[in-house]
Amino acid sequence: MPARRRLTGGIWVGASAVCATGVAAVLLLIMAYIAERGIGALSLSYLIHVPRPIGIPGGGVANGIVGSFIIVGIAALMAFPIGIFVGLYLGVYGYGPRAEGLAFVADVLAGVPSIAIGIYAYTVLVEPFRQFSAVSASFAFAVLMLPLVIRATEGAIKVVPRELREAATALGAPDHRVVGKILLAAARPGIVTGLLLALARVTGETAPLLFTAFGSQFWELDPTRPMAELSLQIFNYAISPYSEWHEQAWGGALLLIFAVFFLSLLARLSFLMQKGRGPGRAE
Amino acid sequence: MAANNRHAHNMEHQPAMSTAQIGAKPPVIFAATPGNRSVAQDEAPVKVQIRNLNFYYGNFQALKNINLTLRDRRVTAFIGPSGCGKSTLLRILNRIYELYPGLRVEGEVLLDGENILAPGVDLNRLRAKIGMVFQKPTPFPMSIRDNIAFGIRLYEKLPQSELDDRIELALQRAALWDEVKDKLKQSGLSLSGGQQQRLCIARAIAVKPEILLLDEPASALDPISTQRIEELIDELKPDYCIAIVTHNMQQAARASDYTAFMYLGELIEFDETETIFTHPKERRTEDYITGRFG
Repeated sequence: MPARRRLTGGIWVGASAVCATGVAAVLLLIMAYIAERGIGALSLSYLIHVPRPIGIPGGGVANGIVGSFIIVGIAALMAFPIGIFVGLYLGVYGYGPRAEGLAFVADVLAGVPSIAIGIYAYTVLVEPFRQFSAVSASFAFAVLMLPLVIRATEGAIKVVPRELREAATALGAPDHRVVGKILLAAARPGIVTGLLLALARVTGETAPLLFTAFGSQFWELDPTRPMAELSLQIFNYAISPYSEWHEQAWGGALLLIFAVFFLSLLARLSFLMQKGRGPGRAE
Repeated sequence: MAANNRHAHNMEHQPAMSTAQIGAKPPVIFAATPGNRSVAQDEAPVKVQIRNLNFYYGNFQALKNINLTLRDRRVTAFIGPSGCGKSTLLRILNRIYELYPGLRVEGEVLLDGENILAPGVDLNRLRAKIGMVFQKPTPFPMSIRDNIAFGIRLYEKLPQSELDDRIELALQRAALWDEVKDKLKQSGLSLSGGQQQRLCIARAIAVKPEILLLDEPASALDPISTQRIEELIDELKPDYCIAIVTHNMQQAARASDYTAFMYLGELIEFDETETIFTHPKERRTEDYITGRFG
């Protein structure tokens, strides 16, 4: 009997190990391949120059990098406050049909293909103004991030021990203080992680940009005008017929992976660091 | 059971009951250990009177017609098996149960004669009078100092130095000052479990409550910390009306003046702690304290 148990256990552990290794291997293969193809394109000049017309050597994606920051940044400004407030509502008063309906809507929203959200942003923010713009892209990104921020905030609030809220309420603290000073502080590591992961999620998005930010070959800092964005540049370069642009696309892909990797790492680290505050904690 | 209810009822509502009346009851009921005063004869003033209290979680009745008196400067322990309603009873006294939907209360809880279950009661003011400490230590995610200051700031706007004095006083009363005076800026979460619990007690008494509700305050702590908490309860007793829920029979026997035994939402027996533990009138009380069930 013990032998058979050990065997069964061994099979399950072995299967898990094989699957885990397989997943990690695929990820590493993709990253290694992109690194191999893209590393050649990466150079200081690639990072600080705007694209040059085909045939002229050099040129880079500096405008795309800056554009990514602007578009994602504005999207964060739109999505974070709303998402955090909705998440707080769900986390604190999250019972009853209204809250369940709201949570359901957030889940559905999370499942809507990004290109559909791009089309929507096009109809409401591009067509009426007859102009592609960075803000319309930010709007699409904000809609994409919203369910992630909502659910992350709600989840972070819900794992705060209910005794903490009760303790603050029992002191006689009004609701807004309980939520603002206690729950939010206790949930902060989880919320920050959720925000960073939401950023990582949209940083690699391309589809909604096709008919919102549209892309640009030039420096563009005005968010009401078409703007370059890194993943969009990758797309445009990759479908072009020119091999030097292909190489630039690989370089961009590598940068993008770095960015997402960095954001994910930051999310993980910030969570651990904030959680780990207070060494020597009992239990 | 019915007889016992009536007995409890009498003691609640006729504190001036004469000795003759008491003598009219079967002697076994009141012939507790000689020399002890009975609940009704206690000279300590009545702080809380619970009258015909019923409580419902949705359709489930968690408390059935509870009648009980809590006296000032006395410790009243609530014992009984899990789910008997003792924590629920405590959570009604500061109306903390209202955080959750679908809960309903009937009856009266008089605090200094005023029904706190009446509509229109200012909950924040009510809760300022009633401190609560939970089974799990609940330090807020902020510094030790701010943990205490949080409560004080809800009610008073004090200059820095006065605030510091109040914080020190509260920590001293909770017997924590010497251990934390050099690290007030550190997170409350950095303390040990027992220290965290004393921090929570300090936080509760810093807002100058009149009643302390302790919901199994030591059940998550080691024996040494438990002893400290019990000593602390003893030290706080002269200034507060204390209600403590505990699963620890010895703790109830050691720390309390009165003990209420509850079972399945009913108050089975309420008397002096010594009586409950030496001459319980109810068979179920005896079975429970001798470990035959629960």
